[in-house]
Amino acid sequence: MSVISDFIGHSARENVQAALLKARENEDFNAILAYSDERALERADKVDSGEITGRLAGVPFIAKDNFLTLGAPTTASSNFLKGFQAPLQATAIEKLEAEGAICIAKANLDAFAHGGSTENSAYGPTKNAFDKERVAGGSSGGSAVAVALGIVPFALGSDTGGSIRQPASFNNVVGIKPTYGTVSRYGVVAMASSTDTIGVLTSSVEDAETVMDILSGKDSKDMTTLADFFTPRSLDGPKKIGIIKEFMDDGVDPEVKAATERYVEALKQKGHIVEEVSMSLLKYALAIYYIVVPAEISSNLGRYDGIRYGNRAEASTLGEVYGLSRDRGFMPENKRRIMIGSYVLSSGYFDAYYLQAQKARTLLINEFTTLFETYDALIGPVAPTPAFKLGENTSDPVKMYLADIMTVPASLAGLPAISVPAGKSQAGLPIGVQLIGARKSDSLLMAIAKDVE
Amino acid sequence: MTQISTDEVQHLAQLSSLQLGVDEVESLRIDLESIVGYIEQLSELDTTGVEPTYQVTDLQNVWRDDVVDDYGISKDELLALAPAAEAHQIKVPKVL
Repeated sequence: MSVISDFIGHSARENVQAALLKARENEDFNAILAYSDERALERADKVDSGEITGRLAGVPFIAKDNFLTLGAPTTASSNFLKGFQAPLQATAIEKLEAEGAICIAKANLDAFAHGGSTENSAYGPTKNAFDKERVAGGSSGGSAVAVALGIVPFALGSDTGGSIRQPASFNNVVGIKPTYGTVSRYGVVAMASSTDTIGVLTSSVEDAETVMDILSGKDSKDMTTLADFFTPRSLDGPKKIGIIKEFMDDGVDPEVKAATERYVEALKQKGHIVEEVSMSLLKYALAIYYIVVPAEISSNLGRYDGIRYGNRAEASTLGEVYGLSRDRGFMPENKRRIMIGSYVLSSGYFDAYYLQAQKARTLLINEFTTLFETYDALIGPVAPTPAFKLGENTSDPVKMYLADIMTVPASLAGLPAISVPAGKSQAGLPIGVQLIGARKSDSLLMAIAKDVE
Repeated sequence: MTQISTDEVQHLAQLSSLQLGVDEVESLRIDLESIVGYIEQLSELDTTGVEPTYQVTDLQNVWRDDVVDDYGISKDELLALAPAAEAHQIKVPKVL
């Protein structure tokens, strides 16, 4: 893997050329959907001539293909947006470019970020960096594999219910899902507006801090952004950490549990206090998530009608244009989520599903709030198993959803949560642990991770 | 467990503006039934008197000045994205 400092002070053109070459040498992983050679080299020359300067001058990166970028199409891995050339860039991309970073390519994802394996991509699945017969995780699978293969030192991802953390854990990289509202969502294809977050995948916690420091802050184009609170820090003393009992039960792979326990041991060695905590509402988190999020998806994806942009199906009536454009443009998982959203929001079901879920969400948040009165952070695995086999979960959507069971709780509560490498299984598959903190404690979580990195 | 009928799948497809192919209906019916079967466990949770959470930022009424901002994108650039356009308008099939 590579780190940001490897690229600082070198020829930007050579950095970009080397990264593009490495990406092309690894095309069998299917992590990359499109390259941005022309724009990337143009910007590299501007860095080399001194016209563009900044903290990341000449450092190449990759963006998940749900970030609008100039220089390469933005498809969200869907047929609907196949070939779509964005007229603008996401705020996150603009901020990185303003610091001299160079986007070289777009990474594969589950179409519209719906999924946990990158198998729902219209352009084929991304393969795990450590075992090509296994999934990359998802939905930011391409971003995680690109970093794991050392193509770039960092890649942008989005995390609505675990889409940065889970692929990070499956590919031995660091994954940061910040506090909701830390980074502008402007110019990123919307999934579920109340839990969508923008974050980063890196090979070191320090690099993640650098990128988050640049990305964080208020944006007039995203009214949910918070005033910049993120500043990298180190620890001021031992911390009190709660290990979540429900995440360490018998349903969890023994090797995942063992890796988590080893990480906890390392924390204790550093003087931190780790105690078991219990959260009675966690068993409902996945059900809450798969009501609230499809509801928001069904609304957000209403915009894909084939009229103003994207691919339009030929038909004689307007209704058929909508219906056929959407049927052809969406993957099966997109349709399932849109229809579940329509179901839980429809009259007669609204109170029983959607309203009940939003009330249960309040109870879950209250449980977190109570724990953070005593604990500085919570810890547990990122996913119940290491990377599963390609095709293993595709025939049963609920089985696929269960892979999100440990990542959705922090998303529903808007809390920061990070995934850090915690060793490998006997078969050589990476395992990650997750640190969850109170709102705006992002830099504290990273400081804890640095302490035992 | 809640059963989902083929008619309900068609109704949900209509609500969702999805014109499904005949071969999609049955597999979606099975999947939707299984997902609803999972999420309906939430009914066992007592939420009497609990306020719903719709957002997690604590932000309220984020105002801005009422001035036009084109976000740096021109009308022509946006029209160029449309699959069909004519005379500065997006072209669609006959509505009525």
